[in-house]
Amino acid sequence: MLSHSAKGLGILLAVLLAPVTHASDIGRPASPEEVKLWDIDVRPDGAGLPRGRGTVRQGKQLYTVNCEACHGASGEGGIKDRLVGGQGSLVTSKPIKTIGSYWPYATTLFDYIRRAMPYTAPGTLSNDNVYALVAYLLNLNGIVPANATLDQNSLPKVTMPNRDGFVPDSVFRLD
Amino acid sequence: MTSNDELNRPISRRRALARLTAGALGTAVAGRGLAESLADVPPRGLGNPLSGNSERSQFVHLSRIPEAAPGVRNVDPSDAINSKTPLDKLVGAITPTDLHYERSHAGVPDLNPAQHRLLIHGEVGNPLVLTLDDLVAMPSVSRIHFIECTGNGWENWKNADETLTVQNTHGLVSTNEWTGVPLRHLIDLVHKQTGSNWMLAEGGDGAGVDRSIPLTDEILDDAFVAYGQNGEPLRPAHGFPMRLIMPGYEGNLHIKWLRRLKFGNQPWMTRWETDRYTQLLKDGKARQFQLRMETNSVITSPSGMMEIRPGYNRITGLAWSGHGKIAKVEVSTDAGLTWATAELNSPPLRKAQTRFQMDWVWSGQPARIVSRATDEKGNVQPDRKTFIDQVGTNALFHYNAQQTWSIDSAGRVRNALA
Repeated sequence: MLSHSAKGLGILLAVLLAPVTHASDIGRPASPEEVKLWDIDVRPDGAGLPRGRGTVRQGKQLYTVNCEACHGASGEGGIKDRLVGGQGSLVTSKPIKTIGSYWPYATTLFDYIRRAMPYTAPGTLSNDNVYALVAYLLNLNGIVPANATLDQNSLPKVTMPNRDGFVPDSVFRLD
Repeated sequence: MTSNDELNRPISRRRALARLTAGALGTAVAGRGLAESLADVPPRGLGNPLSGNSERSQFVHLSRIPEAAPGVRNVDPSDAINSKTPLDKLVGAITPTDLHYERSHAGVPDLNPAQHRLLIHGEVGNPLVLTLDDLVAMPSVSRIHFIECTGNGWENWKNADETLTVQNTHGLVSTNEWTGVPLRHLIDLVHKQTGSNWMLAEGGDGAGVDRSIPLTDEILDDAFVAYGQNGEPLRPAHGFPMRLIMPGYEGNLHIKWLRRLKFGNQPWMTRWETDRYTQLLKDGKARQFQLRMETNSVITSPSGMMEIRPGYNRITGLAWSGHGKIAKVEVSTDAGLTWATAELNSPPLRKAQTRFQMDWVWSGQPARIVSRATDEKGNVQPDRKTFIDQVGTNALFHYNAQQTWSIDSAGRVRNALA
């Protein structure tokens, strides 16, 4: 049982340890569980990639259902962006920017498909399905073989053809 | 006499000229030149009932133009990806809220603020969830700034369609007053870790548009999370209930429908900073994180598809720079051979559009008019040849070359490259 003085000390400490600015009373702490629900970003080093796996063969089937209507039967483009080919075109007067010719990181493809595709129903693909679609699109661009399986370990190791095609503005190199 | 009868009357030569000279604002206001004598002015009368919201006059016609891609107009609204501000029909420097340009990447969500949350987390000691009410309760700033899509000017990279208006060529820039909470305040609340110099900002739209933002001193000083636009809550098209404001930087960094800020020690290399919003140069390499919008200006009147007549004409336009204030705008009426300093209509504000004007007497001979802005840091807007020689024609984004309008002997104003 605490003495009165110990109780008093506890209250005093609580007051002293409490944040001093009234602004800290605004908002509420984010719990780790709820942060997980929204923490979907993926970095080139693989940070943020979830568990799961997918194959080129699975991706081909998923592509037909989810992607073909906008991007063409084999990624050649349609009402939306072309996804395949264009290597060697970047120095011409008609550059063709695709996953194979322009995108510097394979991890970006996972992040983008998971957050933004399909256009009319973003966020509906499972992680396995996203890995499979990434595998298929990389295979269409000749970047991984037809028997490839991608997961959180193998995806960051994929080297994209245009990996060295970007020059960041020096003012923003903060590291 | 009804207005229809009036319109059907033969038009006198004087009245036709009056219509032609309507020039600057005439294209926004219908029915000018129909009251030659004061006797023709209709008598005064009781007006309409007062209302909760004031509408534009029935004689004023102002509208943005939605596009599905560069130059792809007259589209189904569901295919549009941007909507351009009618710069040729506006005065002053503040863009009316409903005419502020828009670029959205997955439609316009109409979010319920009661269910909207801003998560601030990552390399911080105190991750937080904030509501709109939380933001409104914090110390705020109000700043007048331009926002410009990095694709502004994208129709003039390779060749010029002479029928383009200034709305077509430059309608992806606007200036509003924005109100919100300084980023520094939010960073202090979450106790960002030292060395965590990058911030991912993510929107609550279908695409979850996200950008990595380097936390330079300038960005830390200037950026804020806005909930107010020209004195009222943001419009859905501009990010309601909250958006990031990144004064002077690429429009797409001003993340709309903001729902997450995450701190880290390196960029995330999202789709929007790799595949898009990078500038392909002549050698096949692309500039990345070219975030600042450069020194720019354009003559908005006379401009594309207007008609002028010989004699007095007032040249006016807008200038802006992501580096700071506009220091000077010069105008040439002889295709850049000689320049005169234009008058600035109001004291220039940092990273905001400034209106300029200059008197001009047109001789009736073919002419080429062009403006050139200089900002307070000494940056001068380049002529098109110098700009293209340096960048090439494939960059697609960050076009800030001088805009030339050609005028033929009949007074027709057309888009031209020079």
